[in-house]
Amino acid sequence: MSAAAPGAVVRPARSDVLRALDAVRDPELDEAVTSLGFVASYDVAGSTAEVHLRLPTYFCAPNFAFLMVADAYDAVSAVPGVERAVIVLDDHFASDDINTGVAARAGFVGTFGDEAEGELDDLRADFVRKAVLAGTDRVCRPLLAQGEDVLTLRLGDVPQSPELDRLRDRRAELGLPADDASPLLVDVLTGEPVSRDDQRMYLGRARLARVNIEANTGICRGMLAHRYGTTEEETQ
Amino acid sequence: MYEKDGNKYFVVDSHMHYWDASPANWVPGQEQYAKGWIECFHAYMGLGPPETHWPLEKFQKYSEDDLMSDLFEKGHVDVGICQPTYLKQWYTDGFNTTERDGALAEKHPGQLRTNTRFDPRDGEAGLEQLAADVERWHPVGVKLYTAEWKGESRGWKLTDPEAYTYLARAQELGIKNIHVHKGPTIWPLDKDAFDVADVDHAATDFPELNFIVEHVGLPRIEDFCFMATQEPNVYAGLAVVIGGLMHARPRFFAKVMGELLFWVGEDKMTFGSDYGIWEPKWQVEGFVDWEMPDSEEFSDYPRLDVDGKKKILGLNAARLYDIEVPADLQIADASAPAAQDAAVGVGGPT
Repeated sequence: MSAAAPGAVVRPARSDVLRALDAVRDPELDEAVTSLGFVASYDVAGSTAEVHLRLPTYFCAPNFAFLMVADAYDAVSAVPGVERAVIVLDDHFASDDINTGVAARAGFVGTFGDEAEGELDDLRADFVRKAVLAGTDRVCRPLLAQGEDVLTLRLGDVPQSPELDRLRDRRAELGLPADDASPLLVDVLTGEPVSRDDQRMYLGRARLARVNIEANTGICRGMLAHRYGTTEEETQ
Repeated sequence: MYEKDGNKYFVVDSHMHYWDASPANWVPGQEQYAKGWIECFHAYMGLGPPETHWPLEKFQKYSEDDLMSDLFEKGHVDVGICQPTYLKQWYTDGFNTTERDGALAEKHPGQLRTNTRFDPRDGEAGLEQLAADVERWHPVGVKLYTAEWKGESRGWKLTDPEAYTYLARAQELGIKNIHVHKGPTIWPLDKDAFDVADVDHAATDFPELNFIVEHVGLPRIEDFCFMATQEPNVYAGLAVVIGGLMHARPRFFAKVMGELLFWVGEDKMTFGSDYGIWEPKWQVEGFVDWEMPDSEEFSDYPRLDVDGKKKILGLNAARLYDIEVPADLQIADASAPAAQDAAVGVGGPT
């Protein structure tokens, strides 16, 4: 893209659309829609990019479905050269409302009218907090197995890993401390360090949050495979 | 009764269904929802062993003979508790009503019992209907589906004032067990419909009632577990946990079981096959054979022994439903009520 001369028409690449979708997550599962198999198709014609999304069931929660469609719209719209993004959620009870609402940039309340009282920012934040807890467990497990006292560790003490990067990203997203000097264990609401007294409970909840997300992800993958006749390997 | 390695298990299937989701029962104009609902259920069946899958047509409407055979001849079940789900907005005669369940249970006394249901949005008429249903069918429990659509409404919460009126009335009528099933929609849609916080409040305010949270709050196991540690009258209904994970995701099944044993305890977990989503046979047999893996990632979790499996498969639900258990199928301490305070503390970080 950077090679394009000023004033030249940038043609979006199909691969750029896919890369943009990699940044769109299922908020409940904290995983990219691309790796979950939720992207049914994506295509570029001229400056228009069209993406079809699909979900494991006809009755997946409409609020999370809306977030994924809206996030996909924003991500694909930001691809250089894309003048028009068309995001279509297939085979869902609220497909028509969601597709129309996102295309009109109506927001959640504008889309669902009296059925909604507010936008989805609080809901999303609640689930990022769960993702922080689950991510903390992923980072802590190997450290605990080595006998580390995780309560005293700071992020900068932890060896680099994709899990650590992801934890930092999610903490930053919530405005929680994410720099090297900040503690590994922080309260997901306040960002305050966890006390020695609370450590055991905190780690128990972190483990539980991760088990919940992973079990749900397993069920969602199985349901999607059954619904669309895909193999689960194709969607991983 | 199921016998394996000299151990005998009394089996109560505390969450099973007898539905009619055939196209003839779809409400005109609502066909896409009726179809979407049953196809969603059918996809869950896909998580069980392939040899137990049914074609969609049978799944939409299975027969009385199918049910009796799958539960009692092949499935090792001693007593089944039918759980109604109405969905009359989509299904003309209802998806699975008290009448349908009750008529079946009357034909098979001793083997089947029916629960009823209520919907707090039904007002005074609903309270009268509840009393009539209790009088006619003698249910000990109700099944509540909070995400049911009704007109423009997309669901309700147990903490709604009307719901408290209904819970109080149900208790007066002799109802003991409240089976709670969370679904994907609730008003307002910007809130998390799967949230179990309302069960927490209701369980505190109705300490005489037992709240069995079906599919253990999935997809909110973590919120459910944490709540259940604090509420002595909250139980974990294992429908979907065994059916949806034990075959398809054995590693996650072990972890979810581990969390439930850790936070909730084996005295407050109840087996339910969720029939016709899954047949009980493979679930009962697989559960009896199941053991917590020995590797490091499962080292935090309590183990489950034969007595624990007996409680979960039947003895806990038998206690909730006053079902008589033959002497040779009981365990040493089964006659004592669950030591609730102790159960909360089993392995839990309290």
